[in-house]
Amino acid sequence: MTAPAFFDYLVRLGDDRLVLGHRLSEWCGHGPILEEDIALANVALDLVGEATLLLKLAGETEGKDRDQDALAYFRDATDYRNALLVEFPKGDFAFTIVRQFFFSVFSLLQMQALQQSNNAELAGIAAKAVKEAKYHVRHSAQWVVTLGDGTPDSHARAQRAVDELWRYTGELFMADDVEADVVAAGLGVDPSTLETAWRAQVDDILRRATLTVPAVNYMQRGGRAGKHTEHLGHMLSEMQIVARSHPGASW
Amino acid sequence: MVKRALPSRDELFHLLDAVMDPEVPVLSVVELGIIRDAEATDDGVTITITPTYSGCPAMREIEAEVRRALEGQGLGAVEIRTVYSPAWTTDWMGAGAREKLEAYGIAPPQRHSSDELVPLLRRAAAIRCPYCKSMKTEQKSVFGTTACKSIWVCNDCRQPFEEFKAI
Repeated sequence: MTAPAFFDYLVRLGDDRLVLGHRLSEWCGHGPILEEDIALANVALDLVGEATLLLKLAGETEGKDRDQDALAYFRDATDYRNALLVEFPKGDFAFTIVRQFFFSVFSLLQMQALQQSNNAELAGIAAKAVKEAKYHVRHSAQWVVTLGDGTPDSHARAQRAVDELWRYTGELFMADDVEADVVAAGLGVDPSTLETAWRAQVDDILRRATLTVPAVNYMQRGGRAGKHTEHLGHMLSEMQIVARSHPGASW
Repeated sequence: MVKRALPSRDELFHLLDAVMDPEVPVLSVVELGIIRDAEATDDGVTITITPTYSGCPAMREIEAEVRRALEGQGLGAVEIRTVYSPAWTTDWMGAGAREKLEAYGIAPPQRHSSDELVPLLRRAAAIRCPYCKSMKTEQKSVFGTTACKSIWVCNDCRQPFEEFKAI
């Protein structure tokens, strides 16, 4: 039976984008320059938009009357299934950009593959997301090069971000029973098959940016099983407070 | 009692051509290419819409406007279906839409480029300034005031302007 696995899978896809979109929205009004403030808000909007569609489909798949808002606002941190990479606070601009680059390259590959899903709804969402992710990759890649191959300060900050974030990239490509089930049913994609292409593109951009990959042999994991860092709970408490204080409110 | 003839797809599109996009008010939702289908039956009307971007905040407003335009026509209940596939592309914009955009001060989208991803774009090819028609223009950001636009500046007339992004 693949329905529970497909629900779990859609929640993973949706939560990655919801959490990262929310983190990115924290830049709104704080961007380093006006154009960048607008750009980050635009990318955040795309990600939250994708999350809305994915969580809506997840709710329909589950069949327990939970819509996208119920899933976003009324689940606790332990029920969130995003990768750890996306939940850290936004950090400095270099941290945000490097994370955005790592995730965007992954997301583009993932959504390209998901266009072949047996589920027409998911394939359609993926086709839409591919167009958006291309802009996200281009935007973040250009900034990675600008910062890495920039001033001593911007280089140091970009390198520090790569060093801090690298150990959280592995989780994006880890597959468990959920992925095995949805792959067998032709509904989803095995993320481990995306790693070679991801690494090639990331290496190419980091090289142009004069940045190096740290020697890290252990990749952190936990988010896909609901084991999160302390940061996610704080983020959710802020994100969910209005919906939980006024359940059923509409505006 | 004479039964009223149901409007054709073309007639429904004609009615919807009066509904303007709230963010680009010189284009109707039909010219924008987001109305994919329209069908009237004895039970009511079904309109199929494909949003421009997943998170387009204007969608609710557009749906409300579409309802308003049709509900006064005595066609029964209005149902709006949202479909995401095939994904919207600027190539679906109507013929007159490009001229209207330029006259409004928004550079029209270029023809959709290949699907190949170029992560490090060379400087974007210059587009024509919608104000002074100069080609000495420069892209300032690929993200503009809405998800569908990018920011440019004209180095001749010094006018900042927006371009409708080709997707």
